[in-house]
Amino acid sequence: MNNTAYAIEMLNITKRFPGIVANDNVTLQLKHGEIHALLGENGAGKSTLMSVLFGMYAAEEGVIKKDGKVVKINSPNDANDLGIGMVHQHFKMVECFSVLDNIILGVEDTKLGFLQKKKAREKVQALSERYGLHVDPDAIIEDITVGMQQRTEILKMLYRDNEILIFDEPTAVLTPQEIEELLQIMKNLAAEGKSVLFITHKLNEIMAVADRCSILRKGKYVGTVEVKDCTREQLSRMMVGRDVEFAVQKEPANPADEVLRVKDLCLASKRGKRNSVNNVSFSVRAGEIVCIAGIDGNGQSELVCGLTGLEPISSGSVHFSGIDITRAPIRKRSLMGMSHIPEDRHKHGLVLDYTLEDNMILQRYFKPEFTNKCGFLRRKNIRGYATRLIEKFDVRSGQGPVTLARSMSGGNQQRAIIAREIACDPKLLIAVQPTRGVDVGAIEYIHKQLVAERDAGKAILLVSLELDEVMSVSDRILVMYEGEIVGELDPKTTTVQELGLYMAGAKKEVVQ
Amino acid sequence: MILLLQYTLIFASVLLLVALGGCFSERSGVINIGLEGIMVMGGLGGALVLKFLPPEAGVFPMVLLAVLASALFGMLFSLLLAVASISFKADQTIVGTAMNMLAVAAATVFVKAMNTKISAAEGGKDVSSDILFPHTKDLLIVRIDSFEFNWFMPVALACLIISFIVLYKTRFGLRLRSCGEHPQASASVGISVTKMRYAGVLISGVLGGIGGLTFITAGVSKWTFEHGVAGFGFLAMAVMIFGSWHPLKIALAALLFGFFRALGNVYTGFDLLTMLNIPGVVYNMLPYIISLVVLAFTSKKSRAPKAAGIPYEKGSR
Repeated sequence: MNNTAYAIEMLNITKRFPGIVANDNVTLQLKHGEIHALLGENGAGKSTLMSVLFGMYAAEEGVIKKDGKVVKINSPNDANDLGIGMVHQHFKMVECFSVLDNIILGVEDTKLGFLQKKKAREKVQALSERYGLHVDPDAIIEDITVGMQQRTEILKMLYRDNEILIFDEPTAVLTPQEIEELLQIMKNLAAEGKSVLFITHKLNEIMAVADRCSILRKGKYVGTVEVKDCTREQLSRMMVGRDVEFAVQKEPANPADEVLRVKDLCLASKRGKRNSVNNVSFSVRAGEIVCIAGIDGNGQSELVCGLTGLEPISSGSVHFSGIDITRAPIRKRSLMGMSHIPEDRHKHGLVLDYTLEDNMILQRYFKPEFTNKCGFLRRKNIRGYATRLIEKFDVRSGQGPVTLARSMSGGNQQRAIIAREIACDPKLLIAVQPTRGVDVGAIEYIHKQLVAERDAGKAILLVSLELDEVMSVSDRILVMYEGEIVGELDPKTTTVQELGLYMAGAKKEVVQ
Repeated sequence: MILLLQYTLIFASVLLLVALGGCFSERSGVINIGLEGIMVMGGLGGALVLKFLPPEAGVFPMVLLAVLASALFGMLFSLLLAVASISFKADQTIVGTAMNMLAVAAATVFVKAMNTKISAAEGGKDVSSDILFPHTKDLLIVRIDSFEFNWFMPVALACLIISFIVLYKTRFGLRLRSCGEHPQASASVGISVTKMRYAGVLISGVLGGIGGLTFITAGVSKWTFEHGVAGFGFLAMAVMIFGSWHPLKIALAALLFGFFRALGNVYTGFDLLTMLNIPGVVYNMLPYIISLVVLAFTSKKSRAPKAAGIPYEKGSR
């Protein structure tokens, strides 16, 4: 057994990039068999610190110690050799390979160059059972759920006998049930003597599983605390540097005229015969936030695609301010006052290789304000417009309006999209998982913006997978299950448990 | 009928060899448009051996040397693609296109210069881009009854079996395929993406080169290098796509395309086809038309290696 308390230590790490100190004298000490959370907002330097640990960047100052001995880590291979493994936020897996092939890739047993998979399969099955991972070694990655893919990544580390397991924002992609399972798995791993480093900005999860927590803020080391001695509020104050309101402050809604009316809407599924959206009818009025709740993959994304015009509608109708827009092109919808904060900000929200200012005028570039009569862009106006939005919505970026969208942090990319969509002064704002993958400070900000827009008389349709968000932000909840709306609930009278039953399909009502 | 079978098999062998080459390259993540050029270069290498090696050397050494020369020429030429697109991250499609243009031009210039010099020494004046290899019929072909068995047929079959085993049963194959799908994943488990992609491209050079030799010696004893290889490299790419980058399916696709190509050579032997009175050029066009039609209808479903065509950058995810 090791005689030092710490499995891995990163002492006084400083890493500079041109113009910015990403890690300023940061210290992180991970004990044997503990779950240690690394907490910080987007851009606080968590990823940089992990890249240093994995040998992707060399730190200018500081040392790394393994079991008390100073080690040099120059490449991911060195980290592997030291028993450090990581579940990346974006999984590193070959989608058309089987689970087993992905696990053994790089450490294959061979005989004369031929693959020998029998022993590997036995080991994978044994590990899977021991830690309760329930992974079928012969399943193909692209066929299995995200949760199972993640468990495959965990198996990959265990198969390599890694002792130090790093989870980079592992819950961002999971459903509430899968999060529960993952947290339990992490506890099992720690109980078996593995040291777990858990990178996150979700305080609930830290409170649920972590033993200790180290906090980074703007590249600086704030401190390490025992989680059981702390409250959620204390942690968030250390992370953000000020008090954060968790409860959303809002007055009761004053719904006015109907803005969006959806009747018997059906969308054909891309795979299989069943409709992905089936006979959905509802309406959204000005001055209210209607939330569509449900477990991911129950037709919410498709519904939004139908409403915004990204996908053709197979039957039913959509009326917007009394006008039939069932077949209207996207630009017409947008000009009529429909704004859309898309689910996938990289795919539908931003052109990542455009500058921030160009992203700000994506739907409005043709307006005389931005394009002159000869068809040339009026760069000065564009920059002025973007600068105003950046200031108003506090979008932080390296070079202001000319920053490439790709180089910005996720939270600020989201702010940029919200700025653009709200600045159009829409009648209806469709926000799909607007707080996905952003930190506490940004969540608070986004919720405030949504409520402010509602109070300004806008209709808001919010699609969310987060139960907390559903309960606290919305004025009316519609639950979607298998492409249909199975319930309409009032957040003031319902409970999370009841909502959960509807989401799981255990309860159903006929909605008018 | 036997003639049809014979031509089908030999053209299928060519397509199979070259398509397998393309498969290795694309499975490693490099799109190889340059197969056409690689075939020309491989053909040139093999043809030179056949021309200059005295027939007394014996059948086996001669065929072996010719194959080795074509493999070597193909491999060296494919090194261009590897260096430019893997080490220097050039656009793979553009490099491949450049290779195709370069190969035909270079081979033509080289053969013309060679012919001019040789004929001048003999007092003649030969400025053609032809290479004659009059003995190949005796070397490469074994007559079984009226069926002309070509030694490249078993070579292609062997390459097919080896390719399948290498891609799906060995460590090398698993790693190679992972680099064509998700190179960041490969790198994260300590695989050198660069080495794997070099290997994939060079193997495609070897197979493409042998395919080129097979093509120019198929049933003729002279090749005019000005003609390149008549789009067979591209046809092989179509075969590869139609065969969804899988050796066994590629073999079936090669047979199908080989059949239509053979039809152009032998349609006069069928009463029914001559009665239809369709001009011969239509039959010659068939494989290319079929490839257009087939790809138009199947490419939506076919699934290319995900990372094929994208240079590997360390930092990206």
